[in-house]
Amino acid sequence: MREAVEKKVLSENDRLAAELRQRYRDQNILCVNFISAPGSGKTALLERTLASFAPGRPVAVLTGDLQTDNDARRLAKFGFPVRQIVTGGTCHLDARMVDRHLNELGFRGPGLLLVENVGNLVCPSSYDLGEAAKIVLLSVTEGEDKPLKYPGIFHRSSLMILTKIDLLPHVDFNPELAFENARKIHPEMEYIALSSRTGEGFDKWLRWLDALQQKVQQLAAAINS
Amino acid sequence: MHEVGIASSILECVAAEAQRHPGSRVLGVGVRIGALSNVDKDALDFAFEALTRETDLENLKLEIEWRPWRQRCLSCSEEYDVENMDVTCPKCGASHSTCIGGAELDIAYLELEEQPCAKP
Repeated sequence: MREAVEKKVLSENDRLAAELRQRYRDQNILCVNFISAPGSGKTALLERTLASFAPGRPVAVLTGDLQTDNDARRLAKFGFPVRQIVTGGTCHLDARMVDRHLNELGFRGPGLLLVENVGNLVCPSSYDLGEAAKIVLLSVTEGEDKPLKYPGIFHRSSLMILTKIDLLPHVDFNPELAFENARKIHPEMEYIALSSRTGEGFDKWLRWLDALQQKVQQLAAAINS
Repeated sequence: MHEVGIASSILECVAAEAQRHPGSRVLGVGVRIGALSNVDKDALDFAFEALTRETDLENLKLEIEWRPWRQRCLSCSEEYDVENMDVTCPKCGASHSTCIGGAELDIAYLELEEQPCAKP
């Protein structure tokens, strides 16, 4: 006898993510979720991003890793509240982990919440964290065909950031080809190329982030009024 | 890589749904998996078997229905399966389309043991 169920496998995560999304809306928080392979430069991007923020700007960071609090220590130097999520082997962050650590951090909006996912292009794409945008990073020391090899995450991301472009003279990486591959998967995806080492391209990235925060705040104001 | 977590979520859902059918044994569970879900069928089978071995759910059958990545063209409304990782509309060549399938990661049904008819 067949009994229809029609439920999402990750319905529990989706339910918690919806609660987080509601909380972000109520408190006027922009949450973005950074996803990439290990070593593509998520932490370096966050370091330079935090360094560019005015002191006292309402910003908090959650950073996920299987082990160590190295990234939290790197990011705490900039004076903003940072919390390490040690997943102990789990290859992605889920909504429950974000909820728990956000509560422990005691961060309340309005403001900006930067979530650095575990380095992995596969599993993090399945777990909604209630974020307004997923941002996928690809570094120039990887292959231009990564968007084709990992379509799930490129399909779901609003922005692709090409990192380490200061290394372009030393590697055989064709940025146009990488972007063309990403566009095949997701024609509307936006694209920024930058170097967290030299700061090239950072103006564009910070403008993108500010514009999204403004948009989210306007939306929250419209919904809450 | 996260198939163990997915398999464990499926089993939690089976346990919760089974409570709504007291007295009937669950024989199988049907799941729908889309091409964009990042779930590997073989790895999920393996994880499911590992998690159910030597438990009450030992012989629970996992039935996987695979769903292709589908887009709808915003210019000509053609609906098509995406092949070779290119979302371009095969009919009119437009690049603007919207995703209408492929992200599925759903529990579709439970297979329950037939209950003997109650005697009048």
